[in-house]
Amino acid sequence: MSVRSVVPFGPQHPVLPEPIHLDLVLEDEKVIEAIPSIGFVHRGLEKLVEKKDFQEYVYVAERICGICSFMHGMGYCSAVENIMDVVVPPRANYLRTIWCEMSRIHSHLLWLGLLADAFGFESLFMQSWRMREKILDMFEMSTGGRVIFSVNKVGGVRKDMDKEMLREFLKVFDDIEQELKVLTKTFLEDYAVNSRLRDVGVLTKQQAHELGAVGPFMRSSGIALDNRKLGYAAYPELDFEPITSDVGDCYARCDVRIREIFQSIDLIRQAAAKIPEGELAAAVKGFPQGEHFMRVEQPRGEAIYYVKANGTKFLDRVRVRTPTFANLPGMLETLKGCQLADVPILILTIDPCISCTER
Amino acid sequence: MEGITTIGPGSLVPEALKIHHDGYRLIQICATKVEDEYEITYSFGKDYDMIGLRMRVMPGAEIMSISNIYAPAFLYENEIQDLFGIKVKLMTLDYEGNLYRIEHKKPFQ
Repeated sequence: MSVRSVVPFGPQHPVLPEPIHLDLVLEDEKVIEAIPSIGFVHRGLEKLVEKKDFQEYVYVAERICGICSFMHGMGYCSAVENIMDVVVPPRANYLRTIWCEMSRIHSHLLWLGLLADAFGFESLFMQSWRMREKILDMFEMSTGGRVIFSVNKVGGVRKDMDKEMLREFLKVFDDIEQELKVLTKTFLEDYAVNSRLRDVGVLTKQQAHELGAVGPFMRSSGIALDNRKLGYAAYPELDFEPITSDVGDCYARCDVRIREIFQSIDLIRQAAAKIPEGELAAAVKGFPQGEHFMRVEQPRGEAIYYVKANGTKFLDRVRVRTPTFANLPGMLETLKGCQLADVPILILTIDPCISCTER
Repeated sequence: MEGITTIGPGSLVPEALKIHHDGYRLIQICATKVEDEYEITYSFGKDYDMIGLRMRVMPGAEIMSISNIYAPAFLYENEIQDLFGIKVKLMTLDYEGNLYRIEHKKPFQ
């Protein structure tokens, strides 16, 4: 006869860089239910909109998360730009696209490293993060920052990349692509990796839809949705299709993210080839009045920036729906029926960002 | 706002049910303080299309949960309950104001 017990998981756990807690209801070693607790480090950044004007709030928005900081800043700025009918110069849109894709690559490489670390493959962890370091170096060269960049502003961007810099970056991306091909072989073909990821934590297409999953977590269950197709920044001028898998297990999530890194490198090459000369930012006059929902495809999935403005320099409301918040119900579903030993891997495969969730 | 239908609180559940039957997923639920009332916006998506329902409620009013129609709604509803103090009835999982461990309760109230 099976024994039922409740095992507390987190908020402090070796596999969790940030705090989330789960009460795991087990029958012997099998999880039958998981009840989440978040809110250990809720920062109230949305409330700060009462004290920072709409221009200053860009700096708050990009501090929502240290991994997607560029996209948080851009998502917020795009929402305000839509309200104010500001037309962002084409060059700024291309620069934003390049920085967005660099963010996606470094986020996915970070995740690959964490995944490797979670199943004890330390050399794979080290190689993934070594490659990621090159992206951070390029961020530092082009923005001056490695975590917080402060290059977005309402109306465009503050910094440029000249031709020489872009040429150098493309060479680095050529190297990263070659190195990633070697790592891909290990991530997708190694026996130990396969045994930990295959057929673990399956989320079906129907479940992904019903539970509102987003990003690679959703796409690896067969739903071909990618908000970059909505046409913000320079994406309408670039050629790409959402990357999907029909399998829906942890392996599929790893596979989709790896292929998205190659796709991002390709998008950067396309953007670098097409980037026009021109202004970096449009002039912004007056104060915003109105509201807008801006949907952006972050590395972890769809992020939504809702901005409501009243015609003064202070906004009525900024609300950010982050991808991890949307992926929690899907994660809970995948935990049902899994073995206790697989819980850390399963949690990791949604690529949780509690910093975003605790905005 | 384009794509958002204004409804009364009593119509929320039937309207959400209709949208669910039309194949839309839940994208987000968001509350905003507007003058002396709260405006709650529900966003739903199908492919790249996004539509919404919006209703206004008075402080102290209770609204119905849609978590029996859209399972992920319980997180958004608990967030609204914690931050705005709007009581949401019949949530599938009610944290009773403890989703976020914040020092100042109901900061947006």
